[in-house]
Amino acid sequence: MRGATHVKWAVCAVSVALAATACGGSSSGGDGAGIVRSSWGDPQNPIEPANTNEVQGGKVLDMVFRGLKRYDPKTGEAENMVAEKIDTTDQQNFTVTLKSGWTFSNGEKVTAKSFVDAWNYGAHVDNKQNNSPFFANIEGYDQVHPESGKATAKTMSGLVVKDARTFTVKLNEKFSTWPETLGYQAFVPLPQSFFEDHEGWLKKPVGNGPYTVESYTKGSSMKLRAWDGYKGPDKAQNGGVDLVVYTDNNTAYTDLMAGNLDLVDDVPAKQLKNVKADLGDRYINQPALIFQSVVFPMYDDRWNKPGMEKVRKGLSMAINREEITQQIYQGTRTPATDWTSPALREKGGYQEGLCGDACTYDPKRAKKLIEEGGGLPGGKVQFTSNVDTGSHRDWLDAVCNSINNALGKGAVCTVNPVGTFADFKNQMAGYKMTGPFRSGWQADYPLIQNFLQPLYATGGSSNYGKFENKEFDRLISEANKESDQAAAVAKFQDAEKILADQMPAIPLWYQNGSAGWSDLVSDVQLNQFSVPVYDQIKVS
Amino acid sequence: MGRYVIRRLLQMIPVFIGSTFLIFVMVYALGDPVAALFGDKAPDPATAARIRHELYLDQPLWKQYLHYMGQIFRGDFGTAFNGQKVTELLAGAYPVTLRLTLVAVVIELLVGITLGVVSGLRRGRSVDTSVLVLTLIVISVPTFVSGYVLQFLFGVKWDLIRPTVSPDAPFSELILPGVVLALVSLAYVTRLTRTSIAENVRADYVRTAVAKGLPRRRIITRHLLRNSLIPVVTFIGTDIGALMGGAIVTEKIFNIHGVGYQIYQGILRNNAPTVVGFVTILVIVFLLANLLVDLLYAVLDPRIRYA
Amino acid sequence: MDLAMSEAETLEKTPGGPLGTGPAGKPRSLWSDAWFQLRRNPVFLVSGLLILFLVVISIWPSLIASGDPLECHLSKAQEGPEPGHPFGYDSQGCDVYTRTVYGARASITVGVCATLGAALLGSLLGGLAGFFGGWWDALLSRIADIFFGIPVILGGLVLLSVVTSTTVWPVVGFIVLLGWPQVSRIARGSVITAKQNDYVQAARALGAGNGRMLLRHVAPNAVAPVIVVATIALGTYIALEATLSFLGVGLRPPTVSWGIDIANAAQSIRNAPHMLLWPAGALSVTVLAFIMLGDAVRDALDPKLR
Repeated sequence: MRGATHVKWAVCAVSVALAATACGGSSSGGDGAGIVRSSWGDPQNPIEPANTNEVQGGKVLDMVFRGLKRYDPKTGEAENMVAEKIDTTDQQNFTVTLKSGWTFSNGEKVTAKSFVDAWNYGAHVDNKQNNSPFFANIEGYDQVHPESGKATAKTMSGLVVKDARTFTVKLNEKFSTWPETLGYQAFVPLPQSFFEDHEGWLKKPVGNGPYTVESYTKGSSMKLRAWDGYKGPDKAQNGGVDLVVYTDNNTAYTDLMAGNLDLVDDVPAKQLKNVKADLGDRYINQPALIFQSVVFPMYDDRWNKPGMEKVRKGLSMAINREEITQQIYQGTRTPATDWTSPALREKGGYQEGLCGDACTYDPKRAKKLIEEGGGLPGGKVQFTSNVDTGSHRDWLDAVCNSINNALGKGAVCTVNPVGTFADFKNQMAGYKMTGPFRSGWQADYPLIQNFLQPLYATGGSSNYGKFENKEFDRLISEANKESDQAAAVAKFQDAEKILADQMPAIPLWYQNGSAGWSDLVSDVQLNQFSVPVYDQIKVS
Repeated sequence: MGRYVIRRLLQMIPVFIGSTFLIFVMVYALGDPVAALFGDKAPDPATAARIRHELYLDQPLWKQYLHYMGQIFRGDFGTAFNGQKVTELLAGAYPVTLRLTLVAVVIELLVGITLGVVSGLRRGRSVDTSVLVLTLIVISVPTFVSGYVLQFLFGVKWDLIRPTVSPDAPFSELILPGVVLALVSLAYVTRLTRTSIAENVRADYVRTAVAKGLPRRRIITRHLLRNSLIPVVTFIGTDIGALMGGAIVTEKIFNIHGVGYQIYQGILRNNAPTVVGFVTILVIVFLLANLLVDLLYAVLDPRIRYA
Repeated sequence: MDLAMSEAETLEKTPGGPLGTGPAGKPRSLWSDAWFQLRRNPVFLVSGLLILFLVVISIWPSLIASGDPLECHLSKAQEGPEPGHPFGYDSQGCDVYTRTVYGARASITVGVCATLGAALLGSLLGGLAGFFGGWWDALLSRIADIFFGIPVILGGLVLLSVVTSTTVWPVVGFIVLLGWPQVSRIARGSVITAKQNDYVQAARALGAGNGRMLLRHVAPNAVAPVIVVATIALGTYIALEATLSFLGVGLRPPTVSWGIDIANAAQSIRNAPHMLLWPAGALSVTVLAFIMLGDAVRDALDPKLR
């Protein structure tokens, strides 16, 4: 009970300071006072900043850590958090200065070394960190993370600690928006205990964010509590968050209705029709940085020979996105009209309608275009996707029905469901696809660059369709060198127009983040990554 | 009898080796798990190679298997990809699932046998027909429908119970999941009991008992039921494995982190140590359950003897 | 109700002459005697007609449904009945009536063939194990145990994902492979019991051969539980096909089946229960027909009931 009282005091202190809420009266449950009970999924990898690349582990990192920058949940702007300033004169050499006063929850000071050590750890091949490619543009990455064989260095030469609050970074080449990428979780600082007692740290991660981990039962639940020693600008507005693992989001939704849960951040598609009746206004649905498309295997000649761009465009025009997003997803997806996301906003590079007619449903022209281009290869098209997660089977069927209805030649479009994501991923990464396949892309940071370069540039890290276009590559590289943001965005959009012309990937829809909550909590919002902004949630 | 039991226990060894190998090969056949660890992003080749090396995935299949078996004999069942020891997973999941199975089996026995006896004694009557209709409904409505509907009605609409099971999974919270899990098997138990009862009602020993003027209750429980239970007991023996390992849907609906869920998760992530570990224990449970069933035969029908 | 009463009633109701004699008083073999019994049982006639109807629909679905099961208009998704579409529409805007009629072929083929396969293989192996005991029993039963251990999902993903055939046969084969151990356990248990009966011991004492004993004395007395399990399994196999399809390894489109439709409908149970009602109803009727058939066959084979 001692712990509970402690937390309660923390809640009161926070609430009084920020909302002047009366304290003490309402605490009937004692232990649960001011705690947000939220749904969670079992993170796929152990929770380490440089090894977490999915939303579930990301939720925890977002509560426990603060990096140099943080994306404003409303505007998506990368704002300085631990960083005081990040200077450069040549877009290649950066000097990072930290604010003073930041500490980890174990009392250790956050210094330049905390960052440099963490980044070197994340980059080193021996540590098998998923996110190591995020450090690839720092000089010396090749030595700690060679394509094959042993690492020849322990640290990256591009990272130099100047003093406790300053370090410099040298990149391989010019990258004007590099500081904007630093809001990503892989770039957070790590305390020395991470390196000294790694096992222990993994059991109970320690960071410098507004929450501390009170207990963690793997595969089942995590209790996070507001850290009263937190000095940052975004103190937690609640006493803590209990994350509970659900293996089925439908069950989480049921528990929300039954009052066993306060927040569900992934309302299942099949329940969307009931949300209004069940929750009323306690539901949010807003654009996230998630872009869904189907990619053509450009390494397969049948899809890449001259004239096929017409067929690819024709297929795009045969898909009735409006109807599918309404009927299957109840409007929680928005028909895509470019290759980015509305969550980027105009300033960030989102341009509505950039795709033009090619993304507008027009069955007559679709039919005509496909005929002009020489018809579907072998008269057939097969869409491939894994069906073990999400409601992929539903939209696959709907897309095929839409195409079949538009072309009017019977069942020329069929679906090829794959049983596991692992199997699908292996087929994709092994370039074994014979027809269009699903591609879901959640951006790592709100930059247009992240929607284009990894997916469509020659040699791009996730260019699974092997789309290659010299003009596209040139525009991307020019855009990266541009120091003026508006000019860079314009170049990126020029590159995007090539996609509209060549259609190596059909934009389907932008995926929204959605969340429903109980009447015990308020002020729920989602950030661009469709993760709830936990520290802002108030408990009544 | 004792020698029979020992012989049966010894037979576990080849079955243990056979099933671990079979499951190991099957998970291996699912393909390389490493690429999927990187989510939607392309796997970094150097990191992926390092992970493969550490998991022994760069070795030929037989070496992987020997390595795995070697580990098992040292008590190391390997780790899941989220860093959890498989032994930890086993210790967490099996007790919960065992409790759930127990609830389901008790329901099957109580409800199934009662309905079976009633409809078997009144063949062709309206009771019999009603039970048949119930059976049909249970068979044709899939578990995921009955599960959700019952959960919604009891847990949300009428607010009678907690709709999901908390991590400790006490018996009281497992009653509804147990009912859902038992539904399809109930159909089997009911029909099997009904048929056996209908058959044995005409047996000589029942006539004799009736003629002797024994009370009806005693005839049913002592004579009729005892001789009718062999198929039912056999069925429940085979069903235990299905209840424990195949409860994926029920476990998902009620958020129970049990055996079915762990096996499913292991399969989706192609994690051999998890799947093999869980299935191996499952096979052992099976062998023990079937041994118990065989011993029960001798109890139920004294004419059956084991050398 | 008095036990003796119920017995007398059933005896009265059971058609057919005294044991082992035909109309002409000529002795008949046990199996032909059973057939004689069967033909006169109204339950058998009703179930037979029902099954005949289902088979006809499976072969010529267009007899009673004029539409195309693959013609779907998303704008109609989940809408209720309207003229020409008596059962309404499913989530993809396909006509539920047409799909239910067309789904019969795949579902009944899977159900019947997988049940037959599993029942025959299972009773053969289980029967042998139970009858001979000893090493036979040890070997066959332990093989069954290993098969029991294979999780359906793992087996499905491994064995069925490599198959590209759009027919129902890989699914049938897979269900037989995973279904036989259960039948074999049941058959083994029944044979072990039946073997102990006095008349079997008597036949053995009279020097009857193994084959004759198994077929004439043991099998007819052991078959009832197998029939019961098989008729129920028929329904669960049809549902199992849905699970496999749900995993992406079951029947492949353009094949239409009840299982697929039931699985899809289950997700929308709160909003569009009509989607579940019809395919599940069709499944119920099918299972009912086979349960009735099984009952009739069992009665015919049971000399005590005559």
